Amino acid sequence: MSTELIIALIKSNIVLAVLLTNTILLIWLERKLVAGMQSRVGPDRAGPFGILQTVADAIKLLLKEQIMPLKADRAMYLLAPIIALVPSFLIFMIIPLGPDLNIEIGGKNYIVDFVGADLNVGVLYFLALSSIAVYSVVLAGWSSGSKYPLLGGVRASAQMISYEAAMGLSLVPVILYSGSLSLVDIVSSQSGNLSTTIPILSSIVSFIPKWNIFPQFIAFGIFFIAAVAEVNRAPFDLVEAEQELVGGFHTEYSGFRFAMFFLAEYINMFNMCAITATFFLGGWLGPTFEGFLPPILSAIMPIIWLGVKTFALLFIFVWIRATLPRLRYDQLMELGWKRLIPASLVWLILSAIVLGLREFGLPWS
Amino acid sequence: MVEALLFFAPASLIIIGALIVIFAKNAVHNAMGLVMTLVSLAIIYITLNATFVAMVQMLVYAGAVMTLFLFVIMMIGVDKKEQTTESIKGQTFLVSGVFLILISLLAYVAISSDFKWDLWFPPVEFDTEGTPQLIAGVLFTEWIFPFEIISLLLIVATAAAIALAYDTKKRKSNA
Repeated sequence: MSTELIIALIKSNIVLAVLLTNTILLIWLERKLVAGMQSRVGPDRAGPFGILQTVADAIKLLLKEQIMPLKADRAMYLLAPIIALVPSFLIFMIIPLGPDLNIEIGGKNYIVDFVGADLNVGVLYFLALSSIAVYSVVLAGWSSGSKYPLLGGVRASAQMISYEAAMGLSLVPVILYSGSLSLVDIVSSQSGNLSTTIPILSSIVSFIPKWNIFPQFIAFGIFFIAAVAEVNRAPFDLVEAEQELVGGFHTEYSGFRFAMFFLAEYINMFNMCAITATFFLGGWLGPTFEGFLPPILSAIMPIIWLGVKTFALLFIFVWIRATLPRLRYDQLMELGWKRLIPASLVWLILSAIVLGLREFGLPWS
Repeated sequence: MVEALLFFAPASLIIIGALIVIFAKNAVHNAMGLVMTLVSLAIIYITLNATFVAMVQMLVYAGAVMTLFLFVIMMIGVDKKEQTTESIKGQTFLVSGVFLILISLLAYVAISSDFKWDLWFPPVEFDTEGTPQLIAGVLFTEWIFPFEIISLLLIVATAAAIALAYDTKKRKSNA
């Protein structure tokens, strides 16, 4: 077996392990944070600070009986949780976690890139897979053979299609700025500091890192709102609105199949935050303190920076959930089609004009 | 070995998906069969180094078009028994005839011409074919005119659909 194949196998196993343990941590963190914001204690029985609560819940879900409704469409009912989980793992593969690393094994030098796959169509891959993820919700809703899941599924398909358009359009100016569809190139295009030709501002601006969030702050806003809607989180959780739809699309699922939906939702949330950090917050870029820290710690600093940025965004996700009430269905559609999509189109044209002026100068000069 | 697997696995999935589209009784199963065909086709595109086309295939056909299909199927309802009788007389016979003619044509061309039964494509440098930069470069210089014409056509179609669906009389009476 070639070394490249072994490296690929190690990579995919690390991704699996990281995403699974990360989900356990994330669920605990969310419950604790929401509890704190609502003046409750939250989980505090299992383990220190209740950190083992999610582990206990996961074991409980694995051991539970799996119930299938009599009127369910068997094939689609079993397929839906799998379709939910697969894209969430695949999306993580394109997120760059750090710069290339030189590793010496048996006198040979291997360059290990800290990314599952550096695709030259990375952004399109991400959008394509998140559009595949819609099927899981739609199929789960339809195949359960029950009215509440069906309503959830129909809502989900409309919502996710609407916000996907806004999400894709808000990424176009970022691609224009970075000049590449590859996520690795998008990160490296954000290295360095901002610069400006205005002399007074240049001394202030030169301390700010060249992250896309500063020139593209409106695109960031649109993308983040669309991302919250795309993973069906509050205040856009009409798909699983408890007061109206019992549990929404996963009402009829139990045991491990329910756990798969739950897992997919949290992995998607984590992916969205990591992708937002990659597109707008410079990804793994940050000071590595080379020379001050031991070299092994300095080498994993990029991963820590990406983690810090991702968890900061995840905190905002949870914060939004604890703060904002759920939107009404017509408000949701109006926000998507009448606000976000026109705003992203206008912003795209403005960024294109600015970039064109910077590249080619004024048309009459 | 790996190349053979990468070709035959998606290729057989394409055919199985197409068979599901034709033979499954349930409309949702038909739609999912089509999704299977489209996604497997995208994998074939990737093996041919056409990554951009593959992603657009996933995004537009498997992602957007088929989700709308499913949405419409669910809205109309699939509980109604589909009509199984032939709406055109001798429909099955005609279609099978056309299918046989096409297959025999294909077989004739394959046997008579100097078509090579070689599945192994010469290795292509990864960054030279089918990249978004290359496609964009050709599309926005050489083929800019047809490209703009197509976009105009799409806008006309959209405007026409809105004009047809927009009921001016009803709007006025409601207002």
